[in-house]
Amino acid sequence: MLRDEDRIFTNLYGFESPFLDGAKTRGDWSGTKEILDLGRDKIIDLVKESGLRGRGGAGFSTGMKWSFMPKTSNGPVYLVVNADEGEPGTCKDREIMRHDPHKLIEGCLIAGFAIGATATYIYIRGEFYYEAANVQRAIDEAYASGLIGKNACGSGYDHDVYLHLGAGAYICGEETALIESLEGKKGQPRNKPPFPAMAGLYSRPTTVNNVESIAVVPTILRRGPSWFANLGRPKNSGTKLFCVSGHVNQPATVEEEMGIPLKELIEKHCGGVRGGWDNLLAIIPGGSSVPLLPKEICDTVLMDFDSLRDVRSGLGTAAVIVMDKSTDIVKAIARLSKFYMHESCGQCTPCREGTGWMWRVMERLVKGQAHVEEIDMLLDVTKQVEGHTICALGDAAAWPIQGLMRHFRPEVERRILEYRTRADRGARVAAE
Amino acid sequence: MSAAHSHGPAVAEPTSFEFTAENIELAKRIIAKYPEGRQQSAVMPLLDLAQRQCGGWLPKVAIDYVAHYLDMAPIRALEVASFYTMYNLKPVGKHFVQVCTTTPCWLRGSDEVLHVCEKKLGIKAGQTTPDGQFTVIEVECLGACVNAPMMQIGDDFYEDLTAETTEKILDALARGEKPATGPQNGRIRACASGGPTTLIESAIKAGVKPAGQA
Repeated sequence: MLRDEDRIFTNLYGFESPFLDGAKTRGDWSGTKEILDLGRDKIIDLVKESGLRGRGGAGFSTGMKWSFMPKTSNGPVYLVVNADEGEPGTCKDREIMRHDPHKLIEGCLIAGFAIGATATYIYIRGEFYYEAANVQRAIDEAYASGLIGKNACGSGYDHDVYLHLGAGAYICGEETALIESLEGKKGQPRNKPPFPAMAGLYSRPTTVNNVESIAVVPTILRRGPSWFANLGRPKNSGTKLFCVSGHVNQPATVEEEMGIPLKELIEKHCGGVRGGWDNLLAIIPGGSSVPLLPKEICDTVLMDFDSLRDVRSGLGTAAVIVMDKSTDIVKAIARLSKFYMHESCGQCTPCREGTGWMWRVMERLVKGQAHVEEIDMLLDVTKQVEGHTICALGDAAAWPIQGLMRHFRPEVERRILEYRTRADRGARVAAE
Repeated sequence: MSAAHSHGPAVAEPTSFEFTAENIELAKRIIAKYPEGRQQSAVMPLLDLAQRQCGGWLPKVAIDYVAHYLDMAPIRALEVASFYTMYNLKPVGKHFVQVCTTTPCWLRGSDEVLHVCEKKLGIKAGQTTPDGQFTVIEVECLGACVNAPMMQIGDDFYEDLTAETTEKILDALARGEKPATGPQNGRIRACASGGPTTLIESAIKAGVKPAGQA
């Protein structure tokens, strides 16, 4: 288990003040100027060296992403923080924003400096009213103390941080939809290229990073990249916030070492699966978009990017949704299909039409009111949606269904046969 | 996306709208966050201000006013207002109850939470009580899954709900009280209900018993 002294989010549960007084006792804003004095290239190198991979779902190297930004630029350059946390199962950034907002703001200053940004916009989902209030208060404190704004931390570098509230749209978690939304438009993803590093917010060079990715940066630089890299496994380093929901005895958000066995995560921190480990049916290990895993894989799998990819799922946002044997697994996935239908922005036809089509078939499969051949037809449609849309929402709608059929196809077939048997019996009774 | 999801009480469509003096000050501060000429970026926060001023919904005159205020074509503001779910294009009750029913909440009993709301208030999801006090709707993931099942009423999250606590909250609101927000089962935010398994020293300092300690 990760030792308490190796945790980054030391106010995860809000036992201490989230604001500047508390933040300073936790080590935030100490030696920030010295970090900035290292220079842009050195900071990017150190972050690359730490092995930090993006915490928003895709798991791309954060340092690498920063290095795509132009080295010189005439005019504004932006850092945009994606705090539009909305992937079902995910509620980790919420804890950072309400209990440790200064980690995020210090991270904005350092990351902003590293990419040559003139300002940061933090885009928070509109429903997080009080979380946003804490972030705003922390921003105000940081300005008042000279930590951000003109000559931030006495470094000679000017950096503004602004908060922007969304208004309810999952799609704005996609970085170019988020940028559109920030420009005051419908949140519909942009075609790429150009990528945001070339033309993002207001057509200016922009990097979009997840809250957790940014908030861990100051601690990584203070403790050194090798400290972070030595936690977890190679290419899967560091600590991670896991949010465990569903059928566990004590759902919780907890910071653990990357690569912790899934079973250990649940048994040590969440009081185990309801009814015991043997009562486990399946787990969605990384937020609603990633394919579920049946118990036999959950028995041994490690919680990191590559281990979960190897079992054809993903770490995603590290939102662990646990389902015990009482779960109607087809219904659980059908409900996710409904979610994606609701959240499709309607821009691409395969997603606009496909998500509704997939949901309607899934609803029939819940009851078994279908032909066995329709399972393959449904899988075929998931393949037609996947990879054929501007953004990954189409993929995200396809994967849960593919995971269901990969591991629970016999259950889906059983329902169809049962429904038909019942229908046949009903027909015979009617004929008598 | 569907923002026009509530069948509100019979409230007449207002014929005019303008920001209060206080909201004009707030609007100025919001617009100042964005570069010159990019004031359209302020459309979402300004629509939110307008909605709050109108009692929880956005009449057409308010959308047009915001568009005009930001020098946008009215259709561009309407496009935004109808895209995002938090804008209500029809009136809603004083207490706007949003029950999350996405899978993590569903696994922990959101059907029951919704059922209690419907039964207690005598309305179906999407409807408003005749006295205009409550609107109930079903919503997608609100980002508090570790504290499922949950509902949002106004700006407040009520978490770790059961049928009983849901009923208590609705009763308290009906009496004009303000029930305590957050987890309803006595636990501390997203910390395990049996006490923290990590951050032990800081828990003890805060007077919180770590897991496994009597």
